[in-house]
Amino acid sequence: MRSVPDVLSGAAGQIKMSNQLLGIATLWQREMVRFYRDKSRVIGGLVPPVIFWVFIGSGFSGSFRVGTGDGMNYMVYFFPGIITLIFLFTSVFSNMSIIEDKVQGFMQSVLVAPVPRYVIVVGKVFGSTTLAFIQALPFLVIGYFAGINFRAEMLFEMVIILFSIAFVLSSIGFIVAWVLDSSQGFHAIMNMFLMPMWLLSGALFPLENLPVWLEWMVKVNPLTYAVAALQRVIFDPGLITTLPTMRQCYIVIFVYCAVCFLGALFVANRGNNR
Amino acid sequence: MDAVRISGLRHSYPKTDTEVLKGISLSVPERLIFGFLGPNGSGKTTLFKILSTLFVSTSGSVEVFGINTSRNPYEARKLIGTVFQFPSIDLKLTVDENLRHHGHLYGMRGEELNSRIDEQVERFGLLEKRAEFTGKLSGGQRRRVELAKGMIHSPKLLIMDEPSTGLDPSARLSLWETLCELKESSGVTILLTTHLITEAEKCDRLAILNKGEIIASGSPKKLKGEIGGDILTVSSHSPLEFISRYKEKYGGNPVQLNGKVRVEHENGYRLVPELVDAFPDLVDSITYGKPTLEDIFALRTGRSFWSGGADKNE
Repeated sequence: MRSVPDVLSGAAGQIKMSNQLLGIATLWQREMVRFYRDKSRVIGGLVPPVIFWVFIGSGFSGSFRVGTGDGMNYMVYFFPGIITLIFLFTSVFSNMSIIEDKVQGFMQSVLVAPVPRYVIVVGKVFGSTTLAFIQALPFLVIGYFAGINFRAEMLFEMVIILFSIAFVLSSIGFIVAWVLDSSQGFHAIMNMFLMPMWLLSGALFPLENLPVWLEWMVKVNPLTYAVAALQRVIFDPGLITTLPTMRQCYIVIFVYCAVCFLGALFVANRGNNR
Repeated sequence: MDAVRISGLRHSYPKTDTEVLKGISLSVPERLIFGFLGPNGSGKTTLFKILSTLFVSTSGSVEVFGINTSRNPYEARKLIGTVFQFPSIDLKLTVDENLRHHGHLYGMRGEELNSRIDEQVERFGLLEKRAEFTGKLSGGQRRRVELAKGMIHSPKLLIMDEPSTGLDPSARLSLWETLCELKESSGVTILLTTHLITEAEKCDRLAILNKGEIIASGSPKKLKGEIGGDILTVSSHSPLEFISRYKEKYGGNPVQLNGKVRVEHENGYRLVPELVDAFPDLVDSITYGKPTLEDIFALRTGRSFWSGGADKNE
């Protein structure tokens, strides 16, 4: 069995760097082409979040108050949560193809090609990340026309946050897909985690006065920090006292990036003598 | 130089005690079609996965053209083309796109790759189909795309797991024509696993696998020559009595398989009337034949090739 450090350094050194990059690029490109050809995925990834935003958004608008103040538009508050939702679903579920590919399909031939396993991880994770951006772009445009005021420096920061969180989520999707062997199982497991993760991220409403155990779940949830960071970028959170600082957000998200990506490398490099 | 040298190969799956491969040693000479014949559960697929570098064996070693596959997997992989039992082409991509992605994974690019793809689609008769989605092709055509894909980097060794799975009889025939032609024109060594006797007969060399061990190897002709005589299959309402009385009279080693008695004899055709004369009340019918690979399996293992639960019609 080859371990992670071995593949990162030793054995992989036998292959020219340019060939490794070519491998990553070709796997990434395949993700793009497959996505583009699957129109139902394009629609399915965008329309439900928009409907969510409009329906839930208009429903809650009337009763939404932050702290003692008022004047915050709920549609604006909810906007970062919906972008996160699009990223969540796109980046996690685009990894589902790994399951079919691995048992019978394309992945078999990738596994016997002269490329180190990390190439598969990077190709797939960057592929999912890119897809999440493509999916979210129309929503950002809708948001702009709905009155959210994007400035250039805001966009830059949003890209960094979104890229990192997509990276985290794709890596998690990769790990679960690689370990499981049924796509039904993948759906079941991911749904069990994804919706609660999203609901406990502060996407729908500020998380204040929670019981301790719930507060902890909020604190370890990477989405909390993505949503908080986006909220800080998009509007002035003012009175939401529980929101982590920008610095905390970046630190936590980057740590999650590193941990999840290493986790994905680790599972991909385990021997598959099973 | 041998294309493949396997020595002392053992494999058991993690968390199990059963050994799937029990010490296999074997050499495969270059430029041959070499078959591993065995019933289901004989360890063929595990062997295939180790040879294709998908698995690392528990112990023992595999060398492909002198390169150790577990110590130098990437070097070895460049020499090996693999065709899986289950399709590995992407059905949402065209023939060309499939070949292009695969070429990239082997470090090929640009003009080199383009001309190689042109060559491959022509060699495997896919010229008119190259822009089509592979999902729209027939089973036989898809298998040809698999072959084109496996051969894209001009490997010296092509390994295939049950290559005719899911093909109709005419597609099987044309697959074999393609394989023989491929061996002649490109000098590639082809190693395949099969559970089909008829397919095994077409190989240049064979190794017969049973429960993780090689029980016989050589050319199909040589293997059948080992039996020496003819094979008589006697059906009797009381096989055990027939066997004991046969042994009293002729000696030898008759075996009971699937309720019938199998007898090996040098001049089988002369024995037929004799047996009917000698045991009129014990012989219901007699079939006479030359030995087949099935007989070799039965002779060496004392059980029928199909008793593992494999479907004979498959």
